Amino acid sequence: MKAPALNPHRTAQKMTKYQIRKIINYINLSASIMVTIFGLAMLAWILSVLFGKGFHYLDWAVFSQMTPPPGESGGLLNAIVGTVALTFLAVLIGTPIGVMAGTYLAEFGMKSKFSSVVRFINDVLLSAPSIVVGVFVYTLVVEPSGHFSGWAGAIALSILVIPVVVRTTEDMLKLVPIPMREAAAALGAPRYKVTISIVYKAALSGMITGVLLATARIMGETAPLLFTALNNQFWSVDMNQPIANMPVVIYQYALSPYEDWQNLAWAGALLITISVLLMNIIARYTLKSPTSR
Amino acid sequence: MATPEEQMALHRQLHAKSAGVLLDKVFKGSSFLFAALVLIVLFGIMLMLLKEAWPTFAHFGFGFFISSDWDVVNNKYGALIPIIGTLVTSLIAVVIGVPVSFGIAIFITMMAPEWMKRPVGIAIELLAAVPSIIYGMWGLFYFAPWFANYIQPFMTDTLGEVPILGQFFQGPPIGVSIFTAGVVLAIMIIPFIASVMRDMFDIVPTTLKESAFAMGSTTWEVVWKVVLPYTKTGVVGGVILGLGRAMGETMAVAFVVGNSLELNAGLFYPGATIASTMANEFNEASGLHMSSLIALGLILFVITFLVLSIAKWFLMMLERAHEGTST
Repeated sequence: MKAPALNPHRTAQKMTKYQIRKIINYINLSASIMVTIFGLAMLAWILSVLFGKGFHYLDWAVFSQMTPPPGESGGLLNAIVGTVALTFLAVLIGTPIGVMAGTYLAEFGMKSKFSSVVRFINDVLLSAPSIVVGVFVYTLVVEPSGHFSGWAGAIALSILVIPVVVRTTEDMLKLVPIPMREAAAALGAPRYKVTISIVYKAALSGMITGVLLATARIMGETAPLLFTALNNQFWSVDMNQPIANMPVVIYQYALSPYEDWQNLAWAGALLITISVLLMNIIARYTLKSPTSR
Repeated sequence: MATPEEQMALHRQLHAKSAGVLLDKVFKGSSFLFAALVLIVLFGIMLMLLKEAWPTFAHFGFGFFISSDWDVVNNKYGALIPIIGTLVTSLIAVVIGVPVSFGIAIFITMMAPEWMKRPVGIAIELLAAVPSIIYGMWGLFYFAPWFANYIQPFMTDTLGEVPILGQFFQGPPIGVSIFTAGVVLAIMIIPFIASVMRDMFDIVPTTLKESAFAMGSTTWEVVWKVVLPYTKTGVVGGVILGLGRAMGETMAVAFVVGNSLELNAGLFYPGATIASTMANEFNEASGLHMSSLIALGLILFVITFLVLSIAKWFLMMLERAHEGTST
């Protein structure tokens, strides 16, 4: 189709400046649409591979049997339980620390120099390489105790939980209007009571979102567990011993030469991704911030 | 005179009040301690890694940073190859990821119809939620073979023929390579950069954009000449944030980079990054080998710390510049 503006009789040989601008606009905006489609296509490709491969190997045995020795079929029961235990413990350790630190930043420290340093460092830790955290806990816990352990894994993961919870707690507490605090204080409530029964209550859904996001983040983390919880082929819930967990099992099985193991890795990958994505979606739905946009 | 009952009541009230004051102090004090814990964790990481890495620095001195040896058999270690690998892969990730993120941010903020904004935004953010190890498996079993079969020969035939630049686009057609790792990293950091850019573009006052439209600007001109100059510090911050993320990424890279500690000019050769080397060798290491791996970890932590600090600084600059401006 010929655009009328490009008709050589009317515009002679040269395009007008306006036409050039329009063409540049057209090209760049089309490029924007194309890269957006590229991004969505990548997501679709990854998810379709996961679902295609994972569903195929997902059966009851995955949930009811232990991780098998090479060349045999089996399941992921111990790894699933291990991941749940590690995640639960890490959140249990990390949440109070994160909530308290976030409370300090939002309620007490505010604009002090100390607070801004903590805020800055916390934001850096938020994106710090998780493998370094794994090595840190290795030197802190595994080396002195002489063996890999579930506790070490839980501590490593909790260090990843803290920055997320600190950040969301502070952001959510800041959204609570100051007059609410003043009203409670005017009724004679001491500061801790104002914070706990007024501010926390108002910001609760946002704080829960933070914890859920942190949970989603650590559930699929592999690197920090490699040097801490390691892996355990057998059933074990002893936190003083190496404990099986999904990410490390997936890592080892995916790179193994045995077909049974590789298939289990795909089933595990699907399970862990579904859990993480679900956790993210639930987190989004829980969020009803006081100034909901 | 108050009756004994009244005195008791008063006493109890006073007691309750002083308990409240005490609890207040405890509450404030403990929250302060936990805030301080964040700093302690950071310094703890630095100190512990430095302590464990010290034998390596003492043994090799400055040579550790510039030596390209990584010889487990002869116990000789140098950090040059993993450092270069980390820098090159994350640079490729940024070069590919930034334009894509920019386009996505433009699409979401300036072009998409209202009903489309949220779903597209969430879908892109889900890319960030997919665990690193999944990217690794997908990258190794699906992306790398596809790339080696279709894209890499094409790039070698075209870009590979260009003088000087051509040497970078050589390598065996096996799929796992520095370049593949860079592309996978690009996809992983796109959601981070895109969401920072999107937030930035959203703070541009509507009046500013509308004035430009009213003057007859095209959408692209509004983006390029109004939105981008207004938000450039934030955009730079977002890009550097993505760079920091890419540098520390471990599992995905460990799957697709090939884990070869040899130096090649060609980007299609297998290579290694700091994080992938650590993930691969840590559990079999001891003595000087272990110490060298921890030294690598320390180097990675310091580099990412600096990069992320710069990113944060840029983002804070923008916040300060536009403090109080309404959207």
